[in-house]
Amino acid sequence: MFSYCADPSTLEGLTWLSCYLTTGKHMGFYMSFGTVLLLLAITAPTALAFGFVGATAARSRIWPINWIGKGYVAIVRGVPDIAFFLFFVIALDQMFEWMRHKVKCPDWDLPIRQGNDFVVCQAAKLPLGDSPQWVHEVYGFSLAILTFAIVFGAFAANVLFGAMRAVPRGQLETAEAYGMSRKQTFWRILVPQMWVFALPGLGNLWMVLIKATPLLFLLGVEDIVYWARELGGTANPRFTEYPHGDWRIWYFSALLVFYLGFTKVSEFFLEKLMIKLTKGQATTGGETQRKAEA
Amino acid sequence: MNKLILGVSALAFTASMSMAMDVVRMGTEGAYPPWNFINDAGEVDGFERELGDELCKRAELTCEWVTNEWDSIIPNLVSGNYDTIIAGMSITEERDEVIDFTQNYTQPDPTLYVAMSMDADVMGGVIAAQTGTIQASHIADSDATLVEFATPEETIAAVRNGEADAVFADGSYLLPIAAEDDSLMVLDKKVLLGGGVGMGVRESDGELKAKFDAAIDSMKADGSLNALITKWEIGETFE
Repeated sequence: MFSYCADPSTLEGLTWLSCYLTTGKHMGFYMSFGTVLLLLAITAPTALAFGFVGATAARSRIWPINWIGKGYVAIVRGVPDIAFFLFFVIALDQMFEWMRHKVKCPDWDLPIRQGNDFVVCQAAKLPLGDSPQWVHEVYGFSLAILTFAIVFGAFAANVLFGAMRAVPRGQLETAEAYGMSRKQTFWRILVPQMWVFALPGLGNLWMVLIKATPLLFLLGVEDIVYWARELGGTANPRFTEYPHGDWRIWYFSALLVFYLGFTKVSEFFLEKLMIKLTKGQATTGGETQRKAEA
Repeated sequence: MNKLILGVSALAFTASMSMAMDVVRMGTEGAYPPWNFINDAGEVDGFERELGDELCKRAELTCEWVTNEWDSIIPNLVSGNYDTIIAGMSITEERDEVIDFTQNYTQPDPTLYVAMSMDADVMGGVIAAQTGTIQASHIADSDATLVEFATPEETIAAVRNGEADAVFADGSYLLPIAAEDDSLMVLDKKVLLGGGVGMGVRESDGELKAKFDAAIDSMKADGSLNALITKWEIGETFE
């Protein structure tokens, strides 16, 4: 990066460090923080949407929808995350390719499953075999987001389902007494009031999600833990210009600081959100707020 | 005349289409120097990088490198996320049932033990090896206790911190590490495992396998493969 970095073996101290910390490999490490933050920024709302749909389905009076909602929550919560990430993503990918194959290559006469192999025609490949590397990366990343959203959506569905039941029955009865329809009661009374009950559970989920990103490397997406392990490992002088011993402790300490800092910031905002949501609610928290203002 | 031009351009177009399909994605681990590792610039480097690039050139393929965790390297190949495994993978019968291998591009690599003391008990002690390797299955079949790790780096760390008595891995991987660290020593015990290292391809991908086989043949014939093996100190050269 800097001009004086041409021969690192002659450098010492801070100069050496400044060269070491700006190698292409370190850039990959810094970029991966962006990857993780982007993943969180997209996954959290998507998972919440999955959760909301799941919880609404689980409350439905129409039994097929009710079963789908409850089945989704039960199955995903029961299967370990790592199993999901190893099998589910590959299965999703194969399902997409299988559907495209049926549409695009109707006169393909070879079987799709040949022993262990999954073979579709070139035109059905996702992404196409000749796409540049970044398309593959974006595709892998999207699959990761979808999988995270499905897994965390199930937990969020459970939290929201509980929160919907926690809204005082009297509130809903009053709405009915005012002549609101079931739909109106749901959107105008139930949904605005449930968040205050859901927030502690959702906050926990968010914290777990922040720390679940190392699962990404199972999908070939290089996250911060992968790079910390890769950069921290013993660097042999034969294979690098910046040899060092086992420095994993330092890299993982940096991750520790990052995660703790991120948790602290999250807690701060969750706290603010809680105060906001409590306002005017028929809960002890809302009551305390009202009394403090009065 | 117009029709002819149209026909020719259509032909040229399909030709360029089929050319474009020839991007071969090479899957590797990127954590096993000197075979494959990530260099300072953040790119895949090592013996297999040079070998793979040369093979692609000879087979007239456009190749792209991707890294994948060792644990899921075979499942991702068979489901088509990349087209070859070139990651120091020894040819074994077990793996051959799931995927196909090209001919070997290295001789069976002598497998060595590295420990903190010369009298480490390798027959009945605790031995570290990487998960899903021929070394791990060799230890599992012996009387020694096997501890498995996801990455090669961790197997070395296990010996350093005393969790394992010795680490069992390819000599080409262990020797440069032992040379740098005075506390680690190479035990005087060599085991020949596997049938050499080959490239893994899908069983249904016979065409690609044939292309790489031919390219390996030509590299064996003109001595360039031996030159690479010597350059990266991978082990025995071919006759």
